[in-house]
Amino acid sequence: MSQSKAAKIDHVTLAVLQNGLNQVCNEMDLAFQRAAFSPVIAEAMDRSDGIYHRDDGALIAQGELGLPIFVGTMQFSTRTVIAQAKDLVPGDIYIVNDPYLGGTHLMDVRMAMPFYYQGEIFCWLSNTGHWRDTGGAVPGGFSATATEVEQEGLRLPPVKLYKGGVVDEEIQAIVLSNIRVANETIGDIKAQAAALRVGERRLTALLDRYGRDVVEAAIDEMRARAALQMRACIAHIPDGQYNGVSWVDSDGVVDEPLKIVLEIEKRDGDLYFDLSKSSPPCKGPMNSVIATTCSAVYLAMKHIFPEVPINAGTFEPLHITDPVGTFLYAEYPRPVSGCAAEVSQRIAEAVFAALVSALPDRLFAAPAGTSGNFALGGIDQRHDKPYVMYLFTGGGYGGSLHGDGLSNGCSTIGISTMQPVEVLEQRYPILFQEFALREGSGGAGQQRGGFGVSYAIQLRQGWGRASFVMDHGRFGPQGVLGGADGAVNKVRIERAGDTYIPLHLSKDQDIEVAEGDVIYVSTPGGGGYGEARLRDAKLIKRDVQRGYYSVAQVEKLWGENIPPDPTEG
Amino acid sequence: MSKVIGCDVGGTFTDLILLDEAVGQVSIAKVPTTPDNQAVGVMAAIAQVGADCAELSLLLHGTTTTTNALLEKKIAQCGLITTAGFRDVLELGRRTRPNSYGLIGSFEPLISREYRLEVPERMDADGNVVTALDEDAVRRAALELVEMGCESLVIHFLHAYANNSHEVRATEIAAQVWPNSHITYGSAILAEFREYERGVAAAVNAAIQPVLARYLDRLRHELSQAGYDRDLLVMQGNGGTISSAMVAERAVNTVMSGPASGVMAAAYTGARCGFENIISYDMGGTSSDVGLIQGGIPATSSELQLEYGMPIHVPMVDVHTIGAGGGSIAFINDAGMLQVGPRSAGAEPGPICYGRGGTEPTITDANLVLGRLNPDALLAVDNPVSLEQLRQRLVAVIGEPLGLDAEGAAAAILQIGNDRMAGAIRMVGLSRGHDPRDFALFAFGGAGPLHATALAAELAIPQVLIPAKPGITNAIGCAVADVRHDYVNTLNQPLADVDMDLVHGIMAEQIALGRAVIAAEGVDVEELVLLHAAEMQFQGQSHMLRIPLESADIGRAEIQAVFDEAYFNRFDLHLPEIGTVLVTLHTAVIGRRREVALAALMDPGLRGADLAAAERGRRQVWFPGGWQDTPIMARDALPIGARFMGPAVLEQLDTTIIIEPGNEVEVDQAGNLLVQVPAAFRE
Repeated sequence: MSQSKAAKIDHVTLAVLQNGLNQVCNEMDLAFQRAAFSPVIAEAMDRSDGIYHRDDGALIAQGELGLPIFVGTMQFSTRTVIAQAKDLVPGDIYIVNDPYLGGTHLMDVRMAMPFYYQGEIFCWLSNTGHWRDTGGAVPGGFSATATEVEQEGLRLPPVKLYKGGVVDEEIQAIVLSNIRVANETIGDIKAQAAALRVGERRLTALLDRYGRDVVEAAIDEMRARAALQMRACIAHIPDGQYNGVSWVDSDGVVDEPLKIVLEIEKRDGDLYFDLSKSSPPCKGPMNSVIATTCSAVYLAMKHIFPEVPINAGTFEPLHITDPVGTFLYAEYPRPVSGCAAEVSQRIAEAVFAALVSALPDRLFAAPAGTSGNFALGGIDQRHDKPYVMYLFTGGGYGGSLHGDGLSNGCSTIGISTMQPVEVLEQRYPILFQEFALREGSGGAGQQRGGFGVSYAIQLRQGWGRASFVMDHGRFGPQGVLGGADGAVNKVRIERAGDTYIPLHLSKDQDIEVAEGDVIYVSTPGGGGYGEARLRDAKLIKRDVQRGYYSVAQVEKLWGENIPPDPTEG
Repeated sequence: MSKVIGCDVGGTFTDLILLDEAVGQVSIAKVPTTPDNQAVGVMAAIAQVGADCAELSLLLHGTTTTTNALLEKKIAQCGLITTAGFRDVLELGRRTRPNSYGLIGSFEPLISREYRLEVPERMDADGNVVTALDEDAVRRAALELVEMGCESLVIHFLHAYANNSHEVRATEIAAQVWPNSHITYGSAILAEFREYERGVAAAVNAAIQPVLARYLDRLRHELSQAGYDRDLLVMQGNGGTISSAMVAERAVNTVMSGPASGVMAAAYTGARCGFENIISYDMGGTSSDVGLIQGGIPATSSELQLEYGMPIHVPMVDVHTIGAGGGSIAFINDAGMLQVGPRSAGAEPGPICYGRGGTEPTITDANLVLGRLNPDALLAVDNPVSLEQLRQRLVAVIGEPLGLDAEGAAAAILQIGNDRMAGAIRMVGLSRGHDPRDFALFAFGGAGPLHATALAAELAIPQVLIPAKPGITNAIGCAVADVRHDYVNTLNQPLADVDMDLVHGIMAEQIALGRAVIAAEGVDVEELVLLHAAEMQFQGQSHMLRIPLESADIGRAEIQAVFDEAYFNRFDLHLPEIGTVLVTLHTAVIGRRREVALAALMDPGLRGADLAAAERGRRQVWFPGGWQDTPIMARDALPIGARFMGPAVLEQLDTTIIIEPGNEVEVDQAGNLLVQVPAAFRE
């Protein structure tokens, strides 16, 4: 970055260009989401679009509507593509989903396009979208028991899917013949590439108007200022060491918990993150690739300081030591399908836990922190067609100084909505017996956690196979500053008179279910904030009136703080 | 010949326009809104124009009673009776959070949990009964809710859009014990799938129904005391009106009717000036409303959201509210960058220049320092703040950190504020594949005309249309509004397989329903206009695209063609590999009222003989090129047919209009201003 260039930018132009670049990304996000077929992109907004530096893939701007976990990953993957790219011409678009090359899991497919302005590459435009399927042992890719990445699906190194604006039919054919629901995925491929072209048009207009030099100077200046802003936020944290711990129930294969140990040091105005004391690599799919590990830390900091814009400068004051030799630094061929959806949320939880004492007004107790992925596959006898249903449910958020936690919030890493029960019942041969607030699940505290969800799904006909990739089944979301943990995740299946509970509690695969069987899931509640005895007695009474807790639960959780009979008066 | 009144109750002012068609005269009133009982303000406005209620032939009324009740949670106590296992649908929502980043925030449903009761009953997605309705349980639940003090009742069952028989039967049973008529069943409000959205629409309706009924009773009483014996028509969010006798049943339809009436006025005025494609821009103190009109028809949407967690999925004029207004606060963030909004100083304390204790600079303050607003007029309101004090404050808060003087700071605030607003307009109006050069920007509201020409230049919209009375546009929207009823049915079937007789049958029934209601209302309409639309998607998609259907007997192939074209225009994609799904069918039945002449909006008595006669003085005004000695003109004194170039500041009672250098103004026959605006850049 050059100071002399930056100095030429006036305040107005800088603010205008910051807004303008963000808008380019927002328009790409919207175009991608609205045209997508994968419900994970269209409904769960599991996609992200951004602008990246032509030399090193450093993040220039990213859409505000993108999935939060991608805040950090795409610059890693774009950097890899740039390093390997050759013979570039306008209209080329690379496709890549290799997790070890700056990715997350295989289902997050990235496209990267060199953006040409006046005959030269000015920057790269990239996006990520969560495809419905990329092959592998189970539909949807979340195999809870995979032990090698090959079992998880088709792995693409960076290859040119579009050459000079024309799709390479041969590469596309390889992709489509290795995945399920190929016909709809054509729609997703087209939508993803079209979103990049939307960005191309808007960015060209911006450059035409302000000129290449001014935009470049603004980009440098924005990066410097984002770093400045992040440091100003970090300045609220006193120098010293902060520790956080969190647990993953198991890796899905070996029934042992995985531990995340985070030590954060604040010195010289920056934060240093050390995860090296975490558990070693695991056999099952809960390994995290380094791009996802870093992104989880960035994402957590963005949740703490939402006002800081996202670009490469934002991350400059955050130093993450490669946690080599742990499950948070996955190398080929470790399976990784759980890293984006689950492990990343545990890493964020460790960051929250570490910093809450330093920033008690900013932070909150742990949120449910699981994507609650339940998949059911079978044959729909109504039209004799196979189906795969995914259901991602929310859970309670943690309490904070500002109030009780939200109920049924989405995952920490997502911003998605759940499909309506009426839509799911239209599409799949199931009947919900219940979709309800999970009473008693919010962790006690001065401000209690929000509530998870309880649902019961009955298979109406035929047979099916149920799979679960969830977490917090063994350890509830942490309460902080004296607050209690939220309730743990529970899965249970009633099959022809007997009860099945997964060995790993929150993770299992291919459980056979038949007509009439019922699957019960209860998602975690949020952690409590502050000591329960400090809670306003009126709120405790209100919670009982609403049936959030039984009288017995309240007596147990809030002890002597409650009035004699909370249901009276 | 008749006398017609349009009256709009806004947050601050109640505006009224009286059209006396016999003498071609227009009278206008603006009085403070009386929030506790808006009827007081309405009657005061009628008194101000000196209308004799006994002589009025029609009164059309837009009220914010329901929108305010929802936003302020001053709503009726409601109870809910719902399908066993699903009483928490209204509280759990769709698994979201208020903001993408930050895990703090809360949500309270319209009906608190203790007032939500379950009864055994169940339909499946095809409308087959899975569990029969437990009628005794319905009776017990209704009685329990009455005992708990509920005034209004919601009955909301799963899949009632597919088969409403349980909802209808439960309503009959509850009616036997319910002490009033305030019972809403979900599928009556919205016959669409998605249990949360349908349930919220029903809960909103129930929560505001008693509030609206009470208000209208009071107003009708006051009016009849004053001698008014005609029907009162109430504005709806769909941009049309409905008889006050019927509106309470569909109280939800009045939510967001204020912004809708502004868009209707924009469409009406624009059509008479020869503009079919318009972006309407209403800028107020805390926020701005943007609407899109194409081919003379305001865009409607069934996916609006009043606030976080409150989707209102009944068809409404598609108005987007953006968090930027005159009161938007400018500040320097931790990165040393100047930001404008979305925080607003609101009315209290308001901008610094109001002298009510505001200390943070706003867009209005910037306009004042730049001479774009008249310092004498604004600073004189009720306060001791001098222009010098204001300039000092601007320097202290914004200027010093950035190394700018007062004018430099104000100019930066104005430009960044305009950039934010232009960006928001682009996102809602132009990013969907529309070419800005095909549009005119219709500016109204207190501050719209102050910023419109700069925004148009920024957006490359070539023309700005400023109506005769920008400050009472919503009241005009009421006065010109047609009667309108909207109907939506869910089909959700592949277009290739759907029974076209069913499609045509649904639309025929929608038309019949609308005709019957309009006949029952007895409003004098000249003709019936039918608008049909469908929401469609490719198989497997979640999002839908709304497409207009030319007629109720349109064929399968035509529907396919319209969809393909619309999809290509929006997304630049052809997807012949994939089948399409016809999700919903929509019919709007509009009873067109007689044309209202708007030329009389300008008082010819105030008109000057020539441009010189309209000039009231000159002052230094800042424009992007620097300060310019600028003529200040009285807008009401501009002669019809006059043409002139900017820069100019045009002042009128309800707004200030900025004409930027290089803009060319023409005063049309009705007194509207057509401003040609060169783009700020080459497209």
